[in-house]
Amino acid sequence: MEFMTYHDFMFWTKGMAFVGMGIGLVAFVAFWLFLTDRDEDKFADTEEE
Amino acid sequence: MSDHTTPNKTFWTTANIITAVILVIGLILTVKRFTMGLGSVTNLSDDNPWGIWIGFDLLCGVALAAGGYTTSAAVYLFGMKKYHSAVRPAITTAFLGYSFVVFALLYDLGRYYRLPYPLTIFPGPTSFLFEVGLCVALYLTVLAIEFSPALWETLRWKKLRFWAHSLTLVLTIFGVVLSTLHQSSLGGLYLIAPSKLHPLWYSPYLAMFFFISSIPAGLSMVIFEGRLSHKYLHHKMDQTHIDEAPGVALGFSKAAAVVLFAYFTLKWIGVALDNNWHHLATGWGAWFLVEMFGFVLLPCLMYAVAAREKNLNMAFYASVVAVLGIILNRLNISLVAFNWQLPAEARYLPSWEEIMITVFIVTLEITVLRICLNKLPILHEHPEFKGAH
Repeated sequence: MEFMTYHDFMFWTKGMAFVGMGIGLVAFVAFWLFLTDRDEDKFADTEEE
Repeated sequence: MSDHTTPNKTFWTTANIITAVILVIGLILTVKRFTMGLGSVTNLSDDNPWGIWIGFDLLCGVALAAGGYTTSAAVYLFGMKKYHSAVRPAITTAFLGYSFVVFALLYDLGRYYRLPYPLTIFPGPTSFLFEVGLCVALYLTVLAIEFSPALWETLRWKKLRFWAHSLTLVLTIFGVVLSTLHQSSLGGLYLIAPSKLHPLWYSPYLAMFFFISSIPAGLSMVIFEGRLSHKYLHHKMDQTHIDEAPGVALGFSKAAAVVLFAYFTLKWIGVALDNNWHHLATGWGAWFLVEMFGFVLLPCLMYAVAAREKNLNMAFYASVVAVLGIILNRLNISLVAFNWQLPAEARYLPSWEEIMITVFIVTLEITVLRICLNKLPILHEHPEFKGAH
């Protein structure tokens, strides 16, 4: 990837970082659902309070 | 504590003989190091002033001792009392870990007797190294006080025990603050070397990466040691510790999975921000991918499956991979990917004496840990202080 100006570089890298964050956040939701899917009582702590 | 007693066994078991041999060789090399200087036992040079003693003993030692602050924060700050039985073993490991980090540092310092100088004679408050030194000194003091109740209980010094125990919450907060500072500052040390460290490992966010990765490192060590304690020191554990051990392993697995997932994502954002994608197609890139997928994502998924399926064996294997991953990451940053542009003949390879001294220090730490776990009320409550903490 050739960058002619510093703006080009920042635009590309920041853009990729934001795309990465978006993918990461969406993937995290799926990961969290997978992780907690079989928890016996998801609201146990809330009920105790 | 169970009544299981071992029959009269000889002291000279295979493990003890190997330990004794390592300790004797280590002591001989120690004498050589401190009488004939660094050059007599190391391959360090002006190009490579930090070797395996910093890369392994210090960086890995500090990261793997993070179980102390993670466990005590979970129990005393976040109120997760179901993990209470894991606090003392974690604090003990952390205290010994940091003690031996400082011990190992003495080998690496040319003028080891000047270790207190940064805190007394000429502090350099603008240096990351000053912050690391200050925080490690303070945190070691915090850990010593947090560890001390086990000692006072054994000695039946009730007033001292009460005094130390009453400081628990303050010490926990202090410990979390200090750990946040120095775990990240260890990564910050390498910010000064962007031209020496390979771009895939160098990042302006190195400090954050070091801190975040220390959390699963600490959690993994608690799981790993918990399993080994359960296997080899079962007779020293009381019923509370035995009952709570599976919950600790599975709960910590879930936490480690979440943090490893966040770490994995952030590492890729780091690659994106520095536009280092083209390096992935090189040999260094392949090595980076091995680290990221084999030693970050793999243990993350293993932990997730372990927590989901309530599989303790999987949690243990995940902890092994995660611990190896942290060691690999720290060695990559400090040794493998450091000075990557130098020709092969100018690269650093540790001498056998350096490796042997590292083995000696690790063996010594394990020996002291074994003595502590056997002699002090760490895996069980002292009969006179049941429920007092």
